[in-house]
Amino acid sequence: MGNGNYFQPEIECASQEQIRAWQNERLCRTVRRVYENVAYYRNLMDKKGVTPDDVRSVDDLHKLPFLTKDDLRNAYPYGLLACPRSECVRIQSTSGTTGKRVVAFYTQHDIDLWDDCCARALAAAGGTRDDVVHVCYGYGLFTGGPGLNGGSHKLGSLTLPMSSGNTERQIQFMCDLESTILCCTPSYASYLAESIMEKGLRDKIKLKAGIFGAEAWSEEMRRDIERTLGIKAYDIYGLTEITGPGVSFECSEQTGMHINEDHFIAEIIDPKTGEVLPEGEKGELVFTSITKEAFPLIRYRTRDICVLSRKKCSCGRTHVKMSKPMGRSDDMLIIKGVNVFPSQIETVLINKGYPANYQIVVGRVKNSDTLDIQVEMTNEMFSDSMSTVSAKEKELVEALKSMLGIYANVKLVAPKTITRSEGKAVRIIDNRNLY
Amino acid sequence: MTINQISVFIENKAGKLSAFTHLLREQGIDIRALSIADVEDYGILRIIVDDVYKTSTVLKNADYVFKITPVLAIPLKDSAGGLADVLDVLGDNDINIEYLYAFVARQRDRAFVIFRVEDNERAIKVLSDHNYTPVTQDELRLDQE
Repeated sequence: MGNGNYFQPEIECASQEQIRAWQNERLCRTVRRVYENVAYYRNLMDKKGVTPDDVRSVDDLHKLPFLTKDDLRNAYPYGLLACPRSECVRIQSTSGTTGKRVVAFYTQHDIDLWDDCCARALAAAGGTRDDVVHVCYGYGLFTGGPGLNGGSHKLGSLTLPMSSGNTERQIQFMCDLESTILCCTPSYASYLAESIMEKGLRDKIKLKAGIFGAEAWSEEMRRDIERTLGIKAYDIYGLTEITGPGVSFECSEQTGMHINEDHFIAEIIDPKTGEVLPEGEKGELVFTSITKEAFPLIRYRTRDICVLSRKKCSCGRTHVKMSKPMGRSDDMLIIKGVNVFPSQIETVLINKGYPANYQIVVGRVKNSDTLDIQVEMTNEMFSDSMSTVSAKEKELVEALKSMLGIYANVKLVAPKTITRSEGKAVRIIDNRNLY
Repeated sequence: MTINQISVFIENKAGKLSAFTHLLREQGIDIRALSIADVEDYGILRIIVDDVYKTSTVLKNADYVFKITPVLAIPLKDSAGGLADVLDVLGDNDINIEYLYAFVARQRDRAFVIFRVEDNERAIKVLSDHNYTPVTQDELRLDQE
């Protein structure tokens, strides 16, 4: 063991053999359970000609079929539930996606293990029962708030369920209640830091650490937040499908995030062929949750591109580390912490009578994301009256807001002005340099 | 009793308006009247030209987004109070004006005001009742000669 700061040291610093033994046993049990209880899984496995008997250890994982977001949509809402509904106590859901949302279910046991994962993340950031944990991730369907809230409870820290927004109040509570650990998106942390400086309250805050996730952020942004607030900033990773934040988290070394391997098995695959890649190679991250009761996912493709490393970590933890995601294997964008697919934007444009010639320009101003959507004007949408054109434009902005959950700045441009390469419009320009 | 106005979508970017006017010049199209309404990113340029058919062909070939709208051109005496009088007539009869702009004819000492209203037919009737006669496309062309 290393320098302390663990929540469950016997698990977090277990030997590789021990971790492997847990994974073998839990994987086999989970595969058998979903095969027996979930028709959707049984069909997938039958189609691939795999039975639970073929899976005797983690080495057999590659035999199992992958699961994608499309499967989750197809099985919506209850199609992948692996236990009786009466045993579930909560759902969480992903931020707006085309058509059906993804809904994940939790039994009390599932919530407990999620809380453990988040408690480990908080402990790794130096959290103890003496801390005041300020959670300004959103609460509700989004997993950010409930996840860190649960972890903080588990750790025994005083928890401030602030949720997002109302910066004035955030800062007031932060000063008055002497918050020590801040949990939010990195862009909001940066915004808070700026507001604190503007108000001259830097000396009034007692923050020592921050746990920032749900969106991509650069090393420069980390250093900037650390310097401004005088804290150490830790990354955290997760996705609703697998559990939420806490699937993996950073330790004091800040060189990648330890995946909670007693609950989740990670693989890296070639996104084109689906072949499993050896450790250290860059590819798509795939997760199998092996302890969840309500919503265990087998070989779920995250679409995040990253690298795994089993190099010995100075913190003493033995669980494998993943790099920050370096990109996506699909076209999903994360803007202000919200998942945005270009297809959603396209759907709205077409529904509102605009042509599918559009361009998405994502930028970052003062560490906060901006979303511009350029749309080509057409004769059908045009009018000699400014009020008519403006009203249509406003209607489009509202429809985009309700589909995406975030504000998009619509820019109407002249026809045939959006760059086309080989006859196909270039859809996305991301000026943020995140990866 | 209406004339055809062409409104054109123009981006608010350097050189866009100039490119548009150059195109019309190359084609020998005379702009008789013009007005612009704009917001941050774009503007609506409204013009009265001597040859609507030719202009629409030229704009279409150059990929402009445009619309032809029948509007009213009311000749007014170019003297004090002329516009106020006709606005009174329209206002008293609850005819809302979406926008208006003026231009002066080359000859005959006449000014015209272009009115864009919702219901041309009703506006024409009200105006005629008060001795205002909107000009036709042909009359406008004669005026030029």
